[in-house]
Amino acid sequence: MSHPALKASGLCKSYGDIKAVDGVSFDVEHGEIVGLLGPNGAGKTTTINMVLGILQPSAGHIEIEGIDIGRERSRALAQTNFAAVYAALPGNLTVYQNLRFFGLLYDVRDLDTRITALMSEFGLESLRNTRAGVLSSGEQTRLALAKALLNAPRLLLLDEPTASLDPSAAQQVRSLIRMLAQREQCGILWTSHNMYEVEETCHRVLFVSHGRILLEGDPKHLPQEHGAASLEELFIRLAREPLSANRAAS
Amino acid sequence: MKLRPIAAVALRQIYLMRSSPVRILPMVAWVAVDIVLWGFIARYLNGVNSRGINFTASLLGAVLFWDFFTRVMQGVTMAFFEDIWSRNFVNVFSSPLRISEYLCGLVLTGVATSAIGLLAMLAIASTVFGLKIASLGLLLLPFLMVLFLFGIALGVLASAMVLRLGPASEWLVWPIPAMLSPFAGVFYPLATLPGWMRAIGHALPPSYVFEAMRSVVSGGIADPGQLAAGVGLALLDVLLACWLFVTVYRYAVRSGLLARYSAESVS
Repeated sequence: MSHPALKASGLCKSYGDIKAVDGVSFDVEHGEIVGLLGPNGAGKTTTINMVLGILQPSAGHIEIEGIDIGRERSRALAQTNFAAVYAALPGNLTVYQNLRFFGLLYDVRDLDTRITALMSEFGLESLRNTRAGVLSSGEQTRLALAKALLNAPRLLLLDEPTASLDPSAAQQVRSLIRMLAQREQCGILWTSHNMYEVEETCHRVLFVSHGRILLEGDPKHLPQEHGAASLEELFIRLAREPLSANRAAS
Repeated sequence: MKLRPIAAVALRQIYLMRSSPVRILPMVAWVAVDIVLWGFIARYLNGVNSRGINFTASLLGAVLFWDFFTRVMQGVTMAFFEDIWSRNFVNVFSSPLRISEYLCGLVLTGVATSAIGLLAMLAIASTVFGLKIASLGLLLLPFLMVLFLFGIALGVLASAMVLRLGPASEWLVWPIPAMLSPFAGVFYPLATLPGWMRAIGHALPPSYVFEAMRSVVSGGIADPGQLAAGVGLALLDVLLACWLFVTVYRYAVRSGLLARYSAESVS
């Protein structure tokens, strides 16, 4: 039986009376890049943290490659990896030491070969013995992506991976991510505030606001379907009027 | 449990020590200062006392054992603090690493760092002050085991405390050994203490080591039952500390504390 890379069902997360995530359900298929969009505080990072197992949902459940993270946390997380702008790798370890440390944490077999291949793919060979803390933003992003691919994950979570990159470096990263999804057939959940990037990269987007998914669809067609000139205009409208958009969506 | 994730936690500390000798210095420097200071005090007391008490064995031996326990505890907590200081919690805890593997990695780090301190202390105490630690014979094994286990227990307990209360509570961790030392009877018999302090002392595994050590140094024998009680108590403390850490970790995952945890966000 084939499972999606990620299946989130009825996810909720409450802090007292505040509902950060309120009944979110979605799948990410293999080879698919799904954009998770929404204004600040919409519940994107909360959702990602629940998928990463560092935040327990108040309700609902998550399956990675058909493995319930609530029941088999370690086995489920072995199928995934992530890179986020807010979770920099230890700056006091070198590029190689970081990759070796995380490679062992993920119990990657034939680790040195894997590290060599990833350093080559991400142009990190010359930075092998450089501490991560002194790398440029672009180099740190490449290192974070190399770390995220160490265990050849079936599900890759990328939280604003291009946020600190110049347009050229961001374009390279987007190409690489698209290539990875196609070549490795891993599912990718991507958050970004750059609508151009989302339109160019994602096969499908989920608009989240106030902890709920308001819209879902192909980023190239969604704006026209909802009477907006662009994805950015649709984003702004949804962010400011989530309830009316909710009605429009339904 | 898998060995490679455990090795990863310890390997990270080795990388840090290798790249920065400044990290190794405190492991050796402070214990060396302690041994030199107490070594000369013991030498002075040996010269002025007329009752034939061997202060080198009783005082310097006590300092050596107490510093060993302190180094074990700090070895565990320092490895944990590295994840706080480098804001690495999300990366580490979103990996398949199990909490039991993480704790084993911290313990392994404690073993390595405390061994460095112990070797430095033994070298100075034996060569400069003539401490014959080997004269304790096989008793060294239970002595070191009790202190090692209790050091691990306190290290894990302190890590749980910082995980729950935030990075600022790190400053509550460092004075813990100093606060316990009056109760543990490091330099004097527990009988010297008032009743309430003695009761606390009996709950601390190191007190059994120091009582036994004083007995042996003064020509008596160590009570095996008391030593077994010390080992049992230390084991119980390790189990309790690990249980507490797991409980706090689960709370941190449930409440969102772990996801938000960073040096700046929690205080």
